[in-house]
Amino acid sequence: MYQRILLAADGSKNSIRAAQHAANIASLITGSVIEVLFVADFSKIKGEVLHSQNHEEIELKRNQKLLPVKELLSVKQVRYEVKIIVGDPGPSIVEYANNEKVDLVVIGSRGLNALQEFVLGSVSHKVVKRVQCPVIVVK
Amino acid sequence: MISAATGAMALLMVPLVKEHGLQYLFAATVLTGIIQLLMGVFKVAKLMKFIPRAVMIGFVNALAILIFMAQITHFVGISTMTYVFVAITLIIVYVLPRFFKAVPAPLIAIVMLTVAAIWGGLDLRTVGDLGEITQTLPSFFIPDIPFNFETLAIILPYSFALAIVGLLESLLTSSIVDDMTGTESNKNKESRGQGIANIVTGFFGGMAGCAMIGQSVINVKSGGRGRLSTLVAGLFLIFLIIVLGEWVVQIPMPVLAGIMIMVSIGTFDWSSFSYLRKAPKTDGLVMLATVVIVVLTHDLSKGVIAGVILSAIFFVAKISSLEIKKRSIGKVITYEVSGQLFFASTEQFIRAFDYTITDSTVAIDFSNAHIWDDSGVGAVDRVVIKYRENNNDVTIKGLNASSKKIIEKLAIHNDANAQVKTH
Repeated sequence: MYQRILLAADGSKNSIRAAQHAANIASLITGSVIEVLFVADFSKIKGEVLHSQNHEEIELKRNQKLLPVKELLSVKQVRYEVKIIVGDPGPSIVEYANNEKVDLVVIGSRGLNALQEFVLGSVSHKVVKRVQCPVIVVK
Repeated sequence: MISAATGAMALLMVPLVKEHGLQYLFAATVLTGIIQLLMGVFKVAKLMKFIPRAVMIGFVNALAILIFMAQITHFVGISTMTYVFVAITLIIVYVLPRFFKAVPAPLIAIVMLTVAAIWGGLDLRTVGDLGEITQTLPSFFIPDIPFNFETLAIILPYSFALAIVGLLESLLTSSIVDDMTGTESNKNKESRGQGIANIVTGFFGGMAGCAMIGQSVINVKSGGRGRLSTLVAGLFLIFLIIVLGEWVVQIPMPVLAGIMIMVSIGTFDWSSFSYLRKAPKTDGLVMLATVVIVVLTHDLSKGVIAGVILSAIFFVAKISSLEIKKRSIGKVITYEVSGQLFFASTEQFIRAFDYTITDSTVAIDFSNAHIWDDSGVGAVDRVVIKYRENNNDVTIKGLNASSKKIIEKLAIHNDANAQVKTH
């Protein structure tokens, strides 16, 4: 069944809830592995670089964001890997999922208000539309 | 990285051109290039990484505010139609990308609104009203200025400011590009390259430029990775001016002002507000000071220099606080010193001891301290000698290797006839 589960996470509360569900599914399937994908948003890089003294600090901060997700997965004792890539969140997740031929994508809904969603667009919506495998959107 | 004439640099040049004329700008551009080239050769450019992030955040915010302020004269209090055009431009650039991304929204705004303005015969100020655009390829010439010290004295401050601001923005850009592409870049080489480019630019009648954050990010996002992408960007700009020059002058100013407002909103670091709350108070103060000084002087380099000095002072103040604990066991009194002992902390060090003690054993423990300079050694001398005057037995212990070395080299308290130095 779902051997390779892609968990798209940004460290937000929604993504932690998504991690919980991904872990639940993975713990039922022997030999499954969760790939935690963190996309460093192009549009946020300027701010990240500006607020860090050097490159190591940027990496550290990104890893720190994923810490709650990693802890949760460790507690649930599921196998996982972490991948950090730079790009536009929506398209990057779609590209990764389709190229790597993962079996399932788990993603948190972002819970923006109507105006924010109108301006920013919904990442999970893009993913649901364009990924070729089943997608679970966690509310 | 895409380099060109940037807003930050242009803002610095305005007073020079106003007071002395265009030819001085070309000379200043060449000199800026020479300074940047030298900074690259002598590896000074790398030192830019010591600029605290509070100053960098202040720099970016001040730049955004200056860009915004520069637009105000182009749309405030001119006509109602001007306001309408600015508003329509802003709506187009912010809403359109939500539905349609193939063509950049600012381009759509410019084309649509320029056509609308021409067809409707609307009375709006255009780019052509500000100045002429000469549609010829530039040629080599030597700036027409007297070559003497007076000229140098005029252009040198501008060139220095330009060199600093240019390097700062370029290095910030290169850090961002580094992070986006996951590669490393050589900052000194970057400085040399920009220096050479500016020298050449000056001789062809251009203004000093530097790397541009916005354009470089767009370039990398669109897949540009090598030199070809930046070459194409430059060639396309030449093409625009030469072929489309007569259209460019027709662009209504409010449309450009609207786009520049978008640029300034994009440039501003909006997380600064949470930074102000979360970061140490001194960092927040440095950031605000940088912004305020830039906005008041319209000179980014002054803000940066003031910011760096201010944060250096705060750093010294922070690091110079010593902690000295007193413990007495029987007749032995031990002072435990922790912190950095140097010129800024000697006064606190000397005041911390109780000099009323007589006829006992005093130990000063430096296990958690470091003595940095001769002022520090002098302070230790002073304390030791004062205690000895009151017939105490003083020992110093726990010195680390380099503190020991400097004490052995400079201290006089082991000399039996030593007197307290009269400072």
